Amino acid sequence: MLAKRIIPCLDVDKGRVVKGKKFQNIQDVADPIEMAKFYSDSGADELVFYDITASNEERSIFIDVVERVAAEISIPFTVGGGIRTLEDIHDVLRAGADKVSINSAAVKDPELIAKAAKKYGSQCIVLSVDAKEVSQNKWSVFINGGRQNTGLDAIEWAVKGERLGAGEIVVNSIDSDGEKNGYNIPLTKEISSSVNIPIVASGGAGTREHFIEVLRGNIADAALAASVFHYKEISIPELKEQLANKTIPMRRIANG
Amino acid sequence: MIAIIDYGAGNLKSLQFALSKLNIDSCITTNQDVIESSNAIILPGVGAFEEAMLELQHANVVDVIKNEVNKGKMLLGICLGMQLLYENSSEDGFTEGLNLLQGSINRIPDTVKVPHMGWNTLSINQNRPIIKGLPENPYVYFVHSFYATNQNSKDLVSSTDYGVTIPAIVQKENIIGMQFHPEKSGRVGLQLLKNFGEMIS
Repeated sequence: MLAKRIIPCLDVDKGRVVKGKKFQNIQDVADPIEMAKFYSDSGADELVFYDITASNEERSIFIDVVERVAAEISIPFTVGGGIRTLEDIHDVLRAGADKVSINSAAVKDPELIAKAAKKYGSQCIVLSVDAKEVSQNKWSVFINGGRQNTGLDAIEWAVKGERLGAGEIVVNSIDSDGEKNGYNIPLTKEISSSVNIPIVASGGAGTREHFIEVLRGNIADAALAASVFHYKEISIPELKEQLANKTIPMRRIANG
Repeated sequence: MIAIIDYGAGNLKSLQFALSKLNIDSCITTNQDVIESSNAIILPGVGAFEEAMLELQHANVVDVIKNEVNKGKMLLGICLGMQLLYENSSEDGFTEGLNLLQGSINRIPDTVKVPHMGWNTLSINQNRPIIKGLPENPYVYFVHSFYATNQNSKDLVSSTDYGVTIPAIVQKENIIGMQFHPEKSGRVGLQLLKNFGEMIS
């Protein structure tokens, strides 16, 4: 049976992992390679690395991190942040990433998804949607680190993303991010029921119950979180044990 | 030395990293002499079937792969590389494959989310050296939208369930296919690659 996935997310700035709250108030956490190894050994199913600065001069440091991660771990990982062109996608895949997450650039040029999916296959093209509630149960897509409202309806954008060739969608709730009050269930559910590709819930994990809530049933195929893992508030083996006890299919260290 | 066939798109580095962790020498190549002098061939692959076949033809490696396999050299096809071993695929119309295994590649029915993405369990259909030393209910990492159908049941070593029964590991003599990514499947994947390595020497 296909397992639900637990995905730690690592924000990388100048070769270091950092954790922001609502995209601001950034502080240093640790070495990305060490953390990648730690999470891989703890039974994480996948990892996500975001290049949060993505300025040109720091891009090579980030690509170097990607290469070193690929050499160390043998589980899949996604790279996002600063992906604007087919060349950017080529560079990170070539460095050893399995999937590429596209956010702002896809909003500005939706054809980028189509071109990338055709060239590299849908399976490695992830559409990342930063959504914020603008009126009751209406969510708009925000870009540029959550600063700019595009006016696009998040559900419609997800549907379009699938049609263009995205193989997976990360639903990141700006309202929930960093609040530790749980994933945005209505938003995630709404997008999940509108498309037929895997959905990764992101933003809001604070307790193990939040993972149970979003991974039970047909809401999300995977749950992404950062600080609860980085600060060891939740241990992945224990989390997976608890989820498995709730009959949520989980890959565990004994059989993985 | 294992020859990993390089035909453009795809994350070959991870495969090479995984092999080097197991102290298995490999090189990424399309050079005919290198392929001939190798002691095994890995056909990796992500992307689309038709484009991959065109790239293989363009790189002029189809005949050398077939010749070497007919002489008994071990061949491992991974993901799309496994699919290419079959007669044909219905992805983007109809494309002929390498025709080394009996069967056709078709899309996973839309009763489930497609692509089939994530960790799924292997059921064992027959015991072979390639699957020795695996834990109970082993999980491996799949990412694909198409799968092998109408294959010879004698070739089926292991399968997984995802709406339909998906051939996960197939073997016909010296030809092995894995629909998932062993290089991305943690310890289980490394064990499978280790087994492959031991079958070469």
